[in-house]
Amino acid sequence: MSANGSGATPFVDVRAVSKWFGDLQVLKRVDLAVREHEVVCLIGASGSGKSTLLRCLNLLERVEEGEIVVDGQPLTGPERVDVNALRRKIGIVFQAYNLFPHMTVLQNVTLAPRKAGGFSRDGAEGQARAMLQRIGLEDKADEYPDRLSGGQQQRVAIVRALAMGPKLLLLDEITSALDPQLVWDVLGLVRELAESGMTMIVATHEMGFAREVADKVCFLDGGSILEEGPPEQIFGEPREPRTREFLSRVLAGGRMG
Amino acid sequence: MHALHQVLHAFFNLHSFTLAMPDVWAGFQVNLRMMFVAEALVLAFALAIAVVRGLPGRGAKPLRALAIAYTDFFRGTPIIVVAFFVGFGLPGLQLGFISNRSFTTYGIVTLTLVYTAYVAEVYRAGIESVHPSQRAAARSLGLSYAQSMRYVVVPQAVRRVIPPLLNDFIGLQKDTAIVSVIGVAEAASLSQQFSTQNGDFVSYLVAAIFFILITIPLARFTDHLVLQRERKERALAF
Repeated sequence: MSANGSGATPFVDVRAVSKWFGDLQVLKRVDLAVREHEVVCLIGASGSGKSTLLRCLNLLERVEEGEIVVDGQPLTGPERVDVNALRRKIGIVFQAYNLFPHMTVLQNVTLAPRKAGGFSRDGAEGQARAMLQRIGLEDKADEYPDRLSGGQQQRVAIVRALAMGPKLLLLDEITSALDPQLVWDVLGLVRELAESGMTMIVATHEMGFAREVADKVCFLDGGSILEEGPPEQIFGEPREPRTREFLSRVLAGGRMG
Repeated sequence: MHALHQVLHAFFNLHSFTLAMPDVWAGFQVNLRMMFVAEALVLAFALAIAVVRGLPGRGAKPLRALAIAYTDFFRGTPIIVVAFFVGFGLPGLQLGFISNRSFTTYGIVTLTLVYTAYVAEVYRAGIESVHPSQRAAARSLGLSYAQSMRYVVVPQAVRRVIPPLLNDFIGLQKDTAIVSVIGVAEAASLSQQFSTQNGDFVSYLVAAIFFILITIPLARFTDHLVLQRERKERALAF
């Protein structure tokens, strides 16, 4: 089924996507290509359209114009898309973690594999415990989310998304709600995922992290991708004045890491 | 002073009290039965109506409209009128299965119809209070709409509305007395009978005590749950 392994055709192909919230155009003819095993970071001010673009990719938001193809499957065409099947191969992690507060950590991680992934209870729990062990949270398996720190909750949310075995992971400003000392725990996990070859699209304010893990960085401004390129170029010699302005403001705020 | 003494004697009189007790207790068992059966039915039906009312999409519009019509009608009609419709209407239809039931059954049907409408609104408020990001998280994992309701939204909603549900349960328990108008021999109607025969009102006091013995502990339990939730929310806010 996979459209490619070699990287000839992109795994995610976004073509001229536009979206409006009422009269406000939040995405303006966005083009984006992401190859398998590639990590793409989306940077830009709040409201520039990073989150909306991510949410369009797993159809949490409807795309009004343009085309999105993921893994050879058009999401925006006239044919009906099995959204549930699509979302099983696209994981998303949110800024506010969105763990299920009435379930333990283990239940959070195993819910989707058991109910939508065809796993047995034992199979799902075995997998979940192994994953929690890898991130050092196996002793929290039976705790409820409100007993965990923000960083721990966010790492559980990442594991929850990974438990479905997604081929693509979308990270939506996952460290923005965290205390600075907790940010690195979460970014460390993302770094490991990047090294293991997970295809990821990461909306982030952590420029240092973007520079380190990204294969490609896209600067969004007012709903369109104003500039994209390898991190050395975007952070080293940005071409667009708006990119320079944004980066110098971020630098002044001390977020280069 | 003499008048006051007479009134007191008509309500508080140990001799009549012991006499009235067995009759009223027999009636109160009917109240308890109606209360538990109706409450169980209400909890299930009301959840179904609340979920139907929240169904998304244009296709579900007729279903949503039906659910709205149901709640509007039964919330807007006095329970005593519904009791007359059910208690005198259903037997009049002369349909074997539904027309040959006991008064108690018609009482249960009445209470279920009316309280399902109230409780559906309570559930609906609970479902709407679950933050949309919870649905988004559930759907993004590949759960269907039904699964995300079943495992993520409804369990959180129900936990939140337990105190108001208990409040309605208290209301339902008291309204089991109203269906005596269609001939159910429950505590209130039996104490009325006893009162006419015995010439005083002591039997009403007996009935009141039975009801209070159930409702007051329920009310305190509800308060306890509300307080617990408030404490938890305050703890989370800081």
